[in-house]
Amino acid sequence: MTEPLIFEISSPGRKAVFLPELDVPAAELPAELLREDLSLPEVSEVDLMRHYVHLSQLNHAVDTGFYPLGSCTMKYNPKVNEEAAKLPGFTRTHPYQDHCTVQGDLKLMYELQEYLKEIGGFAGISLQPAAGAHGEFTGILMMRAYHEERGDTRRTKVLIPDSAHGTNPASSAMSGYQVVEIKSDQRGNVNLEALRAYCDDTVVGLMLTNPNTLGLFDEHVLEVSEIVHHCGGLMFGDGANMNSILGIARPGELGIDVMMFNLHKTFSTPHGGGGPGSGPVGASERLAKYLPGPIVVKVERETSNVKRETSNVKRKISNFQPPTSNLQPYHLKMPSASIGRVKAFYGNFGVFIKAYTYIRMLGAAGLRQVSEDAVLAANYLLARLREVYPLPYDRICKHECVLSGHLPQAPDVHTLDIAKRLMDYGFHPPTIYFPLIVPEALMIEPTETESKETLDAFAEAMLRIAEEAQDNPDLLHRAPHTTPVTRLDEVRAARHPRLRWKPV
Amino acid sequence: MSYIPHTDSDRAAMLAEIGVETVADLFLDVPKIVRYPELKLPPPLSEMEILAELRSMSEENADLDHHACFLGAGAYNHFVPSVVGHITGRSEFYTAYTPYQPEISQGTLQAIFEYQSMVCALTGMDVANASHYDGATSLAEAAIMSVNVSRGKRRKIIVSPSVHPEYRATLRTYTPGPDLTISNLQYPISNIQLDADTACLIIQNPDFFGQLLSADSENGLNGLADAVHQAGALLVVVVDPISLGLFTPPGEYGADIVVGEGQPLGNPLNFGGPYLGLFACREKYMRKMPGRLVGETVDTEGRRGFVLTLATREQHIRRERATSNICTNQALCALAAGAYLAAMGKSGLRQVAELCYHKAHYAATQIAAIPGFDLVGDKPFFKEFVVRCPRPPSEINQALLERGIIGGYDLGRDYPHLEDAMLLCVTEMNTKNEIDHLVEVLEEVAL
Repeated sequence: MTEPLIFEISSPGRKAVFLPELDVPAAELPAELLREDLSLPEVSEVDLMRHYVHLSQLNHAVDTGFYPLGSCTMKYNPKVNEEAAKLPGFTRTHPYQDHCTVQGDLKLMYELQEYLKEIGGFAGISLQPAAGAHGEFTGILMMRAYHEERGDTRRTKVLIPDSAHGTNPASSAMSGYQVVEIKSDQRGNVNLEALRAYCDDTVVGLMLTNPNTLGLFDEHVLEVSEIVHHCGGLMFGDGANMNSILGIARPGELGIDVMMFNLHKTFSTPHGGGGPGSGPVGASERLAKYLPGPIVVKVERETSNVKRETSNVKRKISNFQPPTSNLQPYHLKMPSASIGRVKAFYGNFGVFIKAYTYIRMLGAAGLRQVSEDAVLAANYLLARLREVYPLPYDRICKHECVLSGHLPQAPDVHTLDIAKRLMDYGFHPPTIYFPLIVPEALMIEPTETESKETLDAFAEAMLRIAEEAQDNPDLLHRAPHTTPVTRLDEVRAARHPRLRWKPV
Repeated sequence: MSYIPHTDSDRAAMLAEIGVETVADLFLDVPKIVRYPELKLPPPLSEMEILAELRSMSEENADLDHHACFLGAGAYNHFVPSVVGHITGRSEFYTAYTPYQPEISQGTLQAIFEYQSMVCALTGMDVANASHYDGATSLAEAAIMSVNVSRGKRRKIIVSPSVHPEYRATLRTYTPGPDLTISNLQYPISNIQLDADTACLIIQNPDFFGQLLSADSENGLNGLADAVHQAGALLVVVVDPISLGLFTPPGEYGADIVVGEGQPLGNPLNFGGPYLGLFACREKYMRKMPGRLVGETVDTEGRRGFVLTLATREQHIRRERATSNICTNQALCALAAGAYLAAMGKSGLRQVAELCYHKAHYAATQIAAIPGFDLVGDKPFFKEFVVRCPRPPSEINQALLERGIIGGYDLGRDYPHLEDAMLLCVTEMNTKNEIDHLVEVLEEVAL
């Protein structure tokens, strides 16, 4: 089951879009600057639509089935989010419009900033970073700015536990810092002794993912923060795993100075096949002034003094009336010692609308319920699978559990085989071979939106696969059997890169 | 409303299987003194209520369905064919994640492969990646890539002042510390000082002011590319993808890396995001290119299929040795861009570009005829142009707004010598009536 390339269904002269005729006199085109050819496809609208519908049917997605991809929080994406984000009053606004003409946009951003401050326990938020990794990089730059402003330039080391996300070391290195790995202890916490040994006046800070990539809440998190702060370092929090601590703990109260959120994980905005996400950054009192900007500020005024002149433009459907002067409450402003901007404009606004909708619909109690049920589901799967799949850290987990695919009774079978076989049962595999500290890792994050029946079906498939691994390992080695394509030759793709279609 | 399916009996059964009494027993590892903070958030709303609230909030904006718009400056009001939204609205696309498991992600992977192919065709480059966060971050990553191409030996980045101001600001944020220097390109171009420390020269075409750089070999783009290459540096070009429906692609005048904002390709304005960063380069730099890449291969049955490839460049393998931390792309925005390019096709994209060009020139000619307004710049332009105004641009924009028109970008924000000038943008979305209305209001303002 494969679909031809769009170029392969192209035929000269076909069109999918008809534009209006030119209604002004034509100007002279600069002949020397014109291009000769442009090899874009030529297709009809019906063929175009069918092509993409066929492609979409080759995907596994949250809307087609269970997607327990660890660390990615593939929860259900409520459809009201999509409707909200399509409101033309939002989508049809330009980022450089005068503040007084986009008060609705700015208000939504301001309120979202406030909610994230409250949920995370932070003094300030910037919504600008476009993704989690972007937020990490932002956090490192803010830590750098903090130390530089204090003239504390000896600090060059970023401490990163071995249970951290792979982007943490990359983000630090991108900022020119040296990465020092801190080992985990027997219970999967940061090893306090190892940490103390590295903490001195060369430490920029520690990047802590909590709960970490083992799905474990660090039992000594307050001590970790204290040790790092004591040597003058800062605590960066990787907020990728926030889905387990909403209303349970506030990172700001755990000693985190700066943290990125993932709106596309925790706050139910869809992952889009790999983006757009959104990675707002929260900061403590002492780091808030370095946030990237602009951010939205609210200027309190006595509204009775604000007079609006009746406009001579006819009111259309919009409530908008041009104000006579810039007396509106919401404004964009750069934080006082901002690291600058990390992208153009203000962030992924379309994603903000979805996260805002979700937070408003759930409220405080609903958010806490999310985390409680996400943790319940992960521990339930852990309980159902632990007899068969080795469990490297035997503790109550948070939003995800990490098991090993190294089955004693089937030494030839690898985690990859188990993952591929899961597809035949209709499930997206968990995250595999991560975290690196667990051999043959299977990182399973069920989320709160999956029913007990779905969790049971998944557990039964996993247990069945473990039996197959013993009885018929070849079945796993050759899996998947029911997918649109079978295993793909990744070595060939890398050795002989074909990265584009070329006209024959 | 929390989209949770569990009944109380489900929860009880799950707790029993786990072997704990209550859900609270699952959180004993959280220090007691910080456990269960009281979150002060507004009370929950039903779907009906939140939609009503958001609709009302969205109507506090002056949106472009109710206003004529002559504002561009990096985010553009172009037509998005209906079919594009129906393609990106397929939840098999938007509720999937990064295609880590290719056997069940061929839809996303093939769509990216086709997008990469179309971006190559558009820019005249050999290789394009699956996209970055936006045009500005693409540019910053291109500059860092240029330094990496020199194996870190070249530490100077030269940027034209007519590159988008927010792109230059993003570049500065991405390259902190004393290591890398960013210097401004001095015009005229023939006088530039390229040296052995220069990693790249960055230009924008059409530039921030809408002007098209000339192609002639002496002082124009070809000569520029030769000079940059003789110095051993790379030429990075920022493009407006719509302009490439009509004008010479950077691949034909010697660009090594091409970046740009992909929003005009089928993505709504959305108050600044989400957008996508175009990123393409020459084949010889392929392995230095940051970001996701999809490649073609075969499955065990010999059937064509697509995978994420050249992953050895990426953070999840190289960790601290990775040269970029980007770990996703803007997949759904790239899907929209690909669907847009396929929908427009070769003749449609050219037609859009021509409509922009002719309407912008019509508007510019009319405005230049109003006493007090003057066109700035002597080069040909695409869809944007600079006009000096007889009154401060903010006052003019206020007057336009009162007549239902969103005016131009106030250039005094970034360029002190242009504090009496605004950048106007005209696209296929602007009718002759709208342009004539704009001209009328400007005539009144000039009195």
